[in-house]
Amino acid sequence: MNCFKILMNGIVKENPTFVLLLGMCPTLATTTSAVNGMSMGLATMFVLICSNLAISLIKSLTPDMVRIPVFVVVIASFVTILQMCLEAYLPSINKSLGIYIPLIVVNCIILGRAEAFACKNGPVASLFDGIGIGLGFTLALTVLGMVRELLGAGSVFGVVLLPETYNVLLFVLPPGAFITLGFLIAIVNKFKKA
Amino acid sequence: MKKLESSLTNMVVVLVAVAVITGGLLAWVNNFTAEPIRVQKELVLAEGIKSVMGVDDITVTEKDTITENVDGKDCEFVLHKVSDATGKFIGAAVESSSMGFGGDLKLLVGFDAEGKVLGYTVLQHSETPGLGAKADKWFQKDGKGNIIGRDLSDGKPLVVDKDGGDVDAITASTITTRAFLKAVNQAYAVYAGQDADASSGASKRAHSGEE
Repeated sequence: MNCFKILMNGIVKENPTFVLLLGMCPTLATTTSAVNGMSMGLATMFVLICSNLAISLIKSLTPDMVRIPVFVVVIASFVTILQMCLEAYLPSINKSLGIYIPLIVVNCIILGRAEAFACKNGPVASLFDGIGIGLGFTLALTVLGMVRELLGAGSVFGVVLLPETYNVLLFVLPPGAFITLGFLIAIVNKFKKA
Repeated sequence: MKKLESSLTNMVVVLVAVAVITGGLLAWVNNFTAEPIRVQKELVLAEGIKSVMGVDDITVTEKDTITENVDGKDCEFVLHKVSDATGKFIGAAVESSSMGFGGDLKLLVGFDAEGKVLGYTVLQHSETPGLGAKADKWFQKDGKGNIIGRDLSDGKPLVVDKDGGDVDAITASTITTRAFLKAVNQAYAVYAGQDADASSGASKRAHSGEE
């Protein structure tokens, strides 16, 4: 299978946020700023790549009836490893994402890709699927975070662009996440049709 | 390779094997991250103490954990007594917490030997971003609700303007402001109590809040 095609599939055709609408909880909750959105995307991508690879390697050793528990244990282990490493080496990211790091375990993108892709394809294709979907998720969260940060706090990646008078607090709060996501999906659909 | 059949033995063997392997992997990662995590936590606290005391060259001479009953709940305060480079006692940094708008609001507050607020830092909070979360800057020296330099030793606790006090509340976040000031007042109470009778420790003190 064409690896480039798998990669683009994850970023454009099956973008987890804009097309599949998976993993909405971290998408809406962690995108209060561009940096937070991007770190959440990268953290999820790490787990997705590792779990896709591991699951495609052990797929023939896993009896069908216990595959879900096995997948969940594999995913949870990678998340725990990620959390311990973040706590030790990148404490500021760990602090800003807080509870959403352990919650990657229940992110449906990861188990979804394990079921839909990794347990049917080889390790190389699964690796690229993990990178593609991960990049798609990271891109979507970064864009969402950038828009919300710009409108809500007047800055992008912490660089102040708008004076405080023009800040619309709503965009940093939960309703702003829904509104921004809705508009972004509409824009993406418009471009995909064109 | 053909897929393993879902027989009872296969399932048990696979599940046990997966659990053992992942358990081992986690133990190994935990083994080499435990030390950096501990160092990191100490560093954050040490940096916090430095910043709230406003002096870089300090030594923590004594660390004391005090549990007090506040509003029917046991609260833990940690008192770090601080001396400067020459060994002179300059005050203490106190870890204090109270119930904020979204959850626990945890502060580190620095006091000098006379009971003046030297500085503070928010260690942990769950306040609303853009509103209550502004507490990290609002009460600092150039903030609107400046409490730095306030003397608490005259027995008058800090009170928000809405409740008849003189500290400006964070716009649209009076609950956060109340919680913040309560934590500061509690921190002072712990610090003063300790200072007045250093030998007796925490056992006899059980006063409640400052409201």
